[in-house]
Amino acid sequence: MQVPAQFRYEKAVSVEHALTLLGRYGPESRVVAGGHSLIPMMKLRLAQPEALIDINDLHELAIISVERHVLCIGALTRHADLLSSALVGEHFPIFHDAERVIADPVVRNRGTVGGSLCQADPSEDLSAAFAAVRGEAVIVSPEGRRTVPVREFFLGPYQTVVDPGELLVQLRVPIRSSASAYQKVERRAGDWAVAAAGAELVLDDGVVADAGIGLAALGAPNFHAREAESFLVGGPATDERFAEAARIAAEHCNPIADQRGPEEYKRHLAKTLVTRVLSVARTRWHGLHSGEKAR
Amino acid sequence: MIMEITVEVNGSSYTRSVEPRLLLVHFLRDELGLTGTHWGCDTSNCGTCVVWLDDVPVKSCTVLAVMADGHSVRTVEGLEGADGLDPVQQGFMACHGLQCGFCTPGMLMTARWLIDHNPAPSEADIREAISGQLCRCTGYENIVRSVRWAAEHEAGLRERTVEDAGTEVQA
Amino acid sequence: MTTAPVGHGTMLRKEDARFIRGRGTYVDDVTLPGMLYGAMLRSPYAHARIASIDISAARAHPKVRAVLTGDTLAGLNLAWMPTLSGDVQAVLATDKVRFQGQEVAFVVAEDRYAARDALELIDVDYEPLPAVIDARQALAEDAPVIRDDLEGRTDNHIFDWETGDKAAADEVFATAEVVSKQDMLYPRVHPAPLETCGAVAHLDKVTGKLTVWTTTQAPHAHRTLYAIVAGLPEHKIRIISPDIGGGFGNKVGIYPGYVCAVVGSIVTGKPVKWMEDRSENLMSTSFARDYHMHGEIASTRDGKILGLRVQVLADHGAFNGTAQPTKFPAGFFGVFTGSYDLTAAHCSVTGVYTNKAPGGVAYACSFRITEAVYLVERLVDVLAFDLGMDPAELRRKNLLRPEQFPYPSRTGWEYDSGDYPRALETALDLAGYAGLRAEQREKRERGELMGIGISFFTEAVGAGPRKHMDILGLGMADGAELRVHPTGKAVLRLSCQSQGQGHETTFAQLVAEQLGIPPDDVDVVHGDTDQTPFGLGTYGSRSTPVSGAVTVMVARKVRERARIVASAMLEVSPDDLEWEKGRWFVRGDQASGRTIQEIALAAHSDLELPEDVEGHLDATCVYNPPNLTYPFGAYVCVVDVDAGTGQVKVRRFVAVDDCGVRINPMIVEGQIHGGLADGIGMALMQVMAFDEDGNHLGGSFMDYLLPTAKECPSWELGETVTPSPHHPIGAKGIGESATVGSPPAVVNAVIDALRPYGVRHADMPLTPAAVWSAVQGRPLRTDLAIT
Repeated sequence: MQVPAQFRYEKAVSVEHALTLLGRYGPESRVVAGGHSLIPMMKLRLAQPEALIDINDLHELAIISVERHVLCIGALTRHADLLSSALVGEHFPIFHDAERVIADPVVRNRGTVGGSLCQADPSEDLSAAFAAVRGEAVIVSPEGRRTVPVREFFLGPYQTVVDPGELLVQLRVPIRSSASAYQKVERRAGDWAVAAAGAELVLDDGVVADAGIGLAALGAPNFHAREAESFLVGGPATDERFAEAARIAAEHCNPIADQRGPEEYKRHLAKTLVTRVLSVARTRWHGLHSGEKAR
Repeated sequence: MIMEITVEVNGSSYTRSVEPRLLLVHFLRDELGLTGTHWGCDTSNCGTCVVWLDDVPVKSCTVLAVMADGHSVRTVEGLEGADGLDPVQQGFMACHGLQCGFCTPGMLMTARWLIDHNPAPSEADIREAISGQLCRCTGYENIVRSVRWAAEHEAGLRERTVEDAGTEVQA
Repeated sequence: MTTAPVGHGTMLRKEDARFIRGRGTYVDDVTLPGMLYGAMLRSPYAHARIASIDISAARAHPKVRAVLTGDTLAGLNLAWMPTLSGDVQAVLATDKVRFQGQEVAFVVAEDRYAARDALELIDVDYEPLPAVIDARQALAEDAPVIRDDLEGRTDNHIFDWETGDKAAADEVFATAEVVSKQDMLYPRVHPAPLETCGAVAHLDKVTGKLTVWTTTQAPHAHRTLYAIVAGLPEHKIRIISPDIGGGFGNKVGIYPGYVCAVVGSIVTGKPVKWMEDRSENLMSTSFARDYHMHGEIASTRDGKILGLRVQVLADHGAFNGTAQPTKFPAGFFGVFTGSYDLTAAHCSVTGVYTNKAPGGVAYACSFRITEAVYLVERLVDVLAFDLGMDPAELRRKNLLRPEQFPYPSRTGWEYDSGDYPRALETALDLAGYAGLRAEQREKRERGELMGIGISFFTEAVGAGPRKHMDILGLGMADGAELRVHPTGKAVLRLSCQSQGQGHETTFAQLVAEQLGIPPDDVDVVHGDTDQTPFGLGTYGSRSTPVSGAVTVMVARKVRERARIVASAMLEVSPDDLEWEKGRWFVRGDQASGRTIQEIALAAHSDLELPEDVEGHLDATCVYNPPNLTYPFGAYVCVVDVDAGTGQVKVRRFVAVDDCGVRINPMIVEGQIHGGLADGIGMALMQVMAFDEDGNHLGGSFMDYLLPTAKECPSWELGETVTPSPHHPIGAKGIGESATVGSPPAVVNAVIDALRPYGVRHADMPLTPAAVWSAVQGRPLRTDLAIT
């Protein structure tokens, strides 16, 4: 079995302590939480950090709450907890849809939301889901806190705006009346996406008032389909408009061929999946609103 | 770098000096001699190494032993109690839920956790629960049956307890 | 829980008591005092010359005890070892590396982490060479010669082999009303048992005894090979194959790591453990298949199949290391005529070297019957497509009839027994075939894609008759030894080895059935060459047909010895005794008899026995099978395909197997379940593709996908029982039937679902991308990198 190279290890006892340790060990140190991206890479010796700073004891970063109409998800929230959170499901079913197809239940018990985002894998489902709903990332450093839109969080594959010495502590999503959905094509349960798409819709009397479209594994800049979103807003939420938005999304993404499929196929999936998630989101919207009327 | 850690495993406390890079699965197998927990891949895909860390199933090939310092671990060796085999162990025997036995410990640990949290799991629930754990021998059919057997067995016991209690009240 | 039967029947497994407690002993669970750990350095290149290897830094690592290279081994005359196909394979590369993942150097250190660290300290200077990746280019004139170590070698050709009657087949094809042709690839896959391969080697310098705990399906063959390879006296070698975490043919051969562990122990004087990691297992140990096939099927216009013609290009990798009987370079592919009554058939196979790992015969393939069955079952469906005929109807029309058995096939095999139409009808009934077709029609009208796939397979297992079948000159007969203790408890010693098949239970049942004692009274000893008689091991579904047969024979021998003892006890002639389960009694006087336990005690006592009887009941036996056995079955698979994404969902799978008499039906069904999952894996997701530089694109479980519980439906099994006429209890073996029979059922179902698009064939694995590409009319080359 593959085993990691040697490193120093520190257990952080508070966010401040974690920041101090990051400062002490410098850019060759890495934060570890669930470890389900980092530890396999260390075993394969694709990553060889000099020090690991373990933040698993920072329970204050594992809280899901609503604060002033904002859904707050601690960076240390385990995937399984995001999936089982009724609060999350009520406001943003897209996260439950996505979590059901992220890795497998045992990995989800350990892997964290913040870890997934910071890994910045181009196929990461949560990156697309947070991009779709226009979440924000809260990053702390010894100098203070900053908030970065998730749509500006990624600098490229495996690269984020989180600098050495900084720590992602929370994801925030403003709560509004919306409906959302996520779908993924995978070769097998637990596999990374061949392609995946998420959508959030706000409708107003059959017209799209706001739309968010997230894409994973499709080479979409910052995991979202800006042009397709722009096209949708202000128009009727019809199948034809959804299909056209999906076509635009497919045109503007930039998938690469790999063993999951040729580029052309992935572009086709972008179109298919965007159409489908928009349609599911619309159905959910109507479900919610007809329910309200009935009550 | 060597660190001293103390981990509670199956109810007993163990203190060892380890390198921070030591994986939990190797801590259990090589340091404590608990070889019931296996490993089968390098990428957290196969699930033969599943144990409980603080009462939650995790893949012990992707957890550092130092992360378990001050925490509790439960392995397949901790399933059998003073009153005998755990119902999931019995279920796997009764329904031929294993052949080569290599995935079995991990499957048992997940099955135990599933039934603790979902006493009447559907076939789909069971398949979902074990979907991060590979079995090359059984085609999963008899594993599903084994877990269901265990769940039904426990439910049966509970029902009897309920009935008995009812009788007492009436008497 | 079920109570144990006295003999055959469903019985819970004896071995489970340890496994469910985590008390099994697999190779990596073996720890010896002072044990060291080995780690292997492997080639990053598919083809490169080794200019130099610098091991000085690794040797200087404080925890390193030894570093082996090809040069070290060459000094011991161990740099190369014989393969199971008469070729040689590098243990550690000396001149060149010939596939990515090939063994280059071996480090022995005080712990496994240090051993792994030291690999980073070895500096190898490679000069990359152009590689042969696509088997179809292997014989091109300008192809680089991979095996320049072999004297006089100027190309990558290994062998040509043919079977059948070419002239007769050509004649049939020349006059046939319909000829359907199809190219198809059975891609390179890997058995991927959950336990990887490994060994703990310990040479005791005082006694000179080498003990190797190792992941082997064939401990006795390994002992003989170590004796040949290492020049050690065979009686000083003990191979122990403890609990094995799945084999599926992956653990038949000897791998360089085992040899290095042995050399490591010789060099250091300490026990050395080596366990490969998953990538090493997938990239370097025995793969399966990699058959590029062109098939042609001739028939009349109304669907009477007349003939088959097949050409195969076989990719054997960089060393010809396929494990099959010597006279069968293409394994048992010769049974490609399948289950059908036809006039003529011919097949030619060409084997080539490529810059990939060696192997080819593995993964429950029954020596390449997987490939043969896939070919013929796909061809029959292609023919049905071309004729516009229902594939069930076409099979009905052409299956061998019961009265044709024993059936001499057109390629020289004698099928022992069968009732094929009964198996097919049982499967179609279980599936509700007519109803499924009606449902499919409705769905198609709504634009939904549903497919129904059928396969009918004939297996040929239980290798085999010594006259025809040997491995490296070792005839494929199995021995067994049965001891009956004075109290009537028995110990059976077997040459074959369990990798999960449940031998400790079923073989005890075989003895129990013959002697009439409880299976719990029979201990089965296996997997230790010092404790068991010689035999060729467990693969090719041979345990029940060969070792099962010898077990019955040896038990019957004991029973006959018991008869003589009983006759002395009862003071009657042996001829006057009759057997009923568990006792001999005097004919006509049921009350006068002796149980086997009473007889066993007497056999060890001062009882006076006839002069030619020595006492005791113990016996040994060797069984040389007169023929193979021919299990068969009919499978029906139902799939739903998402037209928008190409995703396939296997909704139902009906499997009717006929493996003759079933010793323990529970275990038989379990083995079928496992094989069916294999079929889903191979048909839909498993493949080892390579990019143009020879980089392995399936080197971990992230890339080499195995099916999970979510891809598998709840299997629906049925059975028919047609006993083998020559096996002592009529059993045929089941281990590989489902792996052989299921892939074509799944593929046929998917292709059937795509019928509205006119899709006639697409190669495995039918991933979502492959399905979509087939629909577009641009099928993927699944063995190469997708571009």
